[in-house]
Order: sequence, then C-alpha cells, then structure tokens
Amino acid sequence: MSARSYIIDDHEKKTFLLDREVLVSEGVLREEMTRIFGQCWIYVGHASELKKPGDFRSRKAAGRPVIFCRDQQGAFHCLFNTCRHRGAIVCTEREGNRRRFQCLYHGWTYGNDGRLVGVPGEDAYGESFDKSSHGLRRPARFEDYRGFWFMCLDREAPPLSQYLALAKDYIDLVLDQSPSGQMEIIAGVQEYDVAANWKLMVENSVDDYHLPSTHSTWLNFMANSGVKIEPPKEEGLVLPTRGAAVDLGNGHFTTDNINFRGRPVAKWIPLYGEAAQAEIDGIRRELVGRLGAERARRVADTNRNLVIFPNLVINDGSSVTVRTFYPEGVGKMHVTAWALGPREESESARARRLDAFLTFYGPGGFATPDDVEALELVQQGLANWTEDRWSEMSRGMGKDEHLNSDEHHLRIFWRRWNQLMGAAA
Amino acid sequence: MSGAARNGVTRAHVEDFLYQEAALLDDWKLKEWEALLTEDAAYYVPPNDLPESDHRHTLFLVADDRERIRQRIIRVLDPNCHAEFPRSRTRRMISNVRVLAVDHDLVSVAANFVCYRYRRYERIREYVGGYRYVLKRSGGSFLIKERRVLIDAHELGSLGSVSFIL
Repeated sequence: MSARSYIIDDHEKKTFLLDREVLVSEGVLREEMTRIFGQCWIYVGHASELKKPGDFRSRKAAGRPVIFCRDQQGAFHCLFNTCRHRGAIVCTEREGNRRRFQCLYHGWTYGNDGRLVGVPGEDAYGESFDKSSHGLRRPARFEDYRGFWFMCLDREAPPLSQYLALAKDYIDLVLDQSPSGQMEIIAGVQEYDVAANWKLMVENSVDDYHLPSTHSTWLNFMANSGVKIEPPKEEGLVLPTRGAAVDLGNGHFTTDNINFRGRPVAKWIPLYGEAAQAEIDGIRRELVGRLGAERARRVADTNRNLVIFPNLVINDGSSVTVRTFYPEGVGKMHVTAWALGPREESESARARRLDAFLTFYGPGGFATPDDVEALELVQQGLANWTEDRWSEMSRGMGKDEHLNSDEHHLRIFWRRWNQLMGAAA
Repeated sequence: MSGAARNGVTRAHVEDFLYQEAALLDDWKLKEWEALLTEDAAYYVPPNDLPESDHRHTLFLVADDRERIRQRIIRVLDPNCHAEFPRSRTRRMISNVRVLAVDHDLVSVAANFVCYRYRRYERIREYVGGYRYVLKRSGGSFLIKERRVLIDAHELGSLGSVSFIL
C-alpha cells in the first residue's frame, strides 16, 4: 500500500482530522494484520493465571490460537496451538493442568514446554525426520513485565521493556496497590462482541469527554448512592476534577485524574457501606507506611485509564480491569476483560472490589453497555463515510495543558497508528 | 412428582408465577416486577466460564443486591440508558420447570429458558440457559428471594450485553 496519510494534523490551524476510511476499509484491516498486530507486542496473559507448573490456558492472542502455559520446571511459554503434523488445534480445553498435549487427530503428543515427545508409528518415518525440530511453533518473542506476558511476531522488535517505555511507570502504580507488589487476575472472564471497529475501543477507553453525556445514568446512580458528583466550576472542564492526558511513548498513553468516584484502594465512598470504612482506612495506612505519603496519594487518589498500544487497556478506576480486544472483521471486535486485584486482599475487600467493578464495567455494568451502544452507533453512522469523510479530533489542540477531557491522547494513538501503517511523516 | 403437591407447592403454582414474572419483564413493567421481590432479594448472572461460582470471589456479569436492583430499574427505565433506548423487545419461553426442594416457606426452583431479543432492526439474539430461583411463599403465591440466570453460551460473544433484566 502506498505511503499515504490517514490523518490531517495541522498544528498551525490546530486541526486534527481522521479519515473514516480507516474504520471501514477491508484493505486497511488487512494491512493492520501485518503492520500493527504483526509488529507490536501483544498481550497474552498474566502470570497469576498459571499458578503451578503444568497450568495452561488456551486462548487467542492477536487472533492466533495459543497455549499460554508453564512447563514442569515452571517456565512460562506461549505456544501456537497448531499441530505440526496437519495443523489441528492441539489443546481443546480452555484451562487446566497437563504434562502433555495430545492432538486428537493422529495422536502426536507435545510436552508442556512444546517439545514433540510422541509420534504413533514413528518407525514409518525416514531418517531425515527429526522429532526435535517438530515441537510446537511459537511467536518469535515472548517476554513479561512484572507478570504481564506479551508476545511479538516480529523477531526484530525491540525488547518488551523498551517497547513499553513510560507505560511501565503506570503499570507500577497499579501494582503498588498490593503490599507484595503482586496483583492477580480474578476468576470470571467477560467476553463479548462489539459491532464496531477495534480502534474505537481504544478511543473510548480513555475518552473522558464522553462521560457526562454517555454515562448520565451512572452519574445518577452514584448520586443515588450518596456520591454527589458536582459539575466542574473551572472553564474548559467537563469533569468535576482536573485530569491530564499523558504521552508515554511508542503510542502508549494514559489519563491521570484526581479520583472523585471512590476506589477500593483506598478511598471510601458511601456506596461501599459504613462497615467498609475502617478496612479502607487500614488499607490506606498500609500504603502510606510502605510507599510514603506522596506515592500513596498517587496510588490511592488518582484514576488512570492506560492504553498499551495497540490493544491492551488497564483501567484503574472504580476497580481495576484488564481489557484486550481484537478485530473480527472491519466492523466487529471481540473483547476479553478481567478484574485485577491485590493477591493478599481480604475476602471482604475482594468482594467490595468486584462489586465496585460491576457498578461501572462489563456487559451488565451501569456504564459499559452504553459505551458499547455509542461505538456501535459510530460504526453504523460511518456507512456515510464516502460523503462525510472526516472525524473531528481537534479538541484541546495547541494548548499547553493536556486535559483528560480533551483529545490529545487520542491524537497520540492515531499519529502512532498512522506512522506504523506506513504514512509519510 | 408431576402434579403432586410438595408441602402444598405444585409445579403448576410455580409455573403460573414464572409465566406472570416473564410477562412483566417482557412488557417492561419493571415497577410491577419489583413488587415481586423480597426485601433481601438478589439477582445474579454468573460469568459464562464459571456458572457455578460465588460473586464474592468471582467476577460476575450481574451481582445485584436489593438496592442495586432498585438502581438497575431506575437506570434501564431512563431514556438516557442508551443501551436500552429504544428498549429491546424480548420474548421469553420458559419450560422444564422443576420444584427442587421446599424448606418451610422457601421453594427452590429450576427452569429452562430461551429469551429472544430484538434491538432496533438487528437480527435476533437468543439467550439460552437456566433460571434458578429461591421463592418465598407469600399469601397464595410467591415472592422472589433469589434469581440466578445461567447462560449456556461459552461466552457472551454476539449476545453483546446484559443491559436489560434477563
């Protein structure tokens, strides 16, 4: 594809426009498969999902069926879930603990480190057949940052740590909720489709401009629950507290907002009930003792919606959610979302965290279904793209301060995406 | 125990009650539906991958206590609940109703359901699964103490959301 730009990025006129073709074009989607999902680090899973040697989860990463597993020595692997013999899915279970994965078709058997260990009727193969070269294939790269495992199909990609750039600081802030620095994925996964282009979920996950209009019923629910959210008094704000949009490098970015809606760690609101107040005070004291007052405030009094380019979102707000999504066609995506919590969390704090999650997030939450509706309406509206070609994304452009309710961070995403898609600078 | 009464509770009694409840939900008469709930009622939709789990340890799709149900009704009846404006049209089919146990005034019930959902001009969405109830005898009928909806699909997938009361 020729190097054309899909954005108009005019600093002088403070105008940023996005060509809507990128949200509807099959050609663009095909190009994304190689230029975005074939080159970037893609989230696979969290270490806490595999507690013991032999534990495995079969899932998709960047659309590829993979087995995320640990071998008998406890080492982590990401294996393509495809038999080397004729290509069948080898592991059909969703999760479990196994030493061996056996393909049901002809019985080729692999160890949980991916090595081919059994071939029925092996003596019928010639001398050139080498079992050791027929282990399950795997992505070119597989690395973790503090328990978050990513794979990359590009052998030449920079190391994960370098790729994540300043996003690591914001992952650290999430992990600092835990006294041991260890957060775990909580059981129960939310998987649902959204009839919209995958990139609309990136925008939506960090777009704080939409909160008052899309989520007025959530604001109403909060008010009914004793959390009065006052409209902003300062000019230019749409949310009750000031928040920033922060560029983290390599297309990653985050919002960084003063919390106004309660946090399980550790800001009590009436919604949690009077009985929870003492425990949350205790969680706060632990934070201050371990991290100092200033860092404790960063952890406990700010909400952060973090995007790791291209398709991982970690929202640390009403609760913590890890969310990834992948296109299933140009106008549809599949979303997978988990809750994340401190490993040593008490039973009551864990229950409160899960309840807080459901006040906002997920297919039955009080906010996410309306986000899904908004994204699907965008996709439907885009049917007019040839006559109404450009999406407007200039909000807050050229200002010194980058507000969370402006569109600075959305522009960061699209500039990076545009660059990776081969556009001339 | 087809027609037999178990401590005076027959399947026919329970079926009548479930059909009445389904009609209220399909007709969006949610205030009337709310009147069928006990003061400590709960409404659960467990996650597709762990239908038999506890909402205190596991992330559910819905885990409402009585107050949250009240708030959910306020929300979904509000025209600003965009996911349900215009409202979904739903039609529930309930069958295989079984009275599992009767313990004093509490009655455990299981039933199968299909809930067809239409959203604007979208294709049909079929929610298939099982209802589990704990009903409380009240007058000649029942109140709902616990209502648990087990979805058979391995994931929500194209069912999208559970933005209405399933």
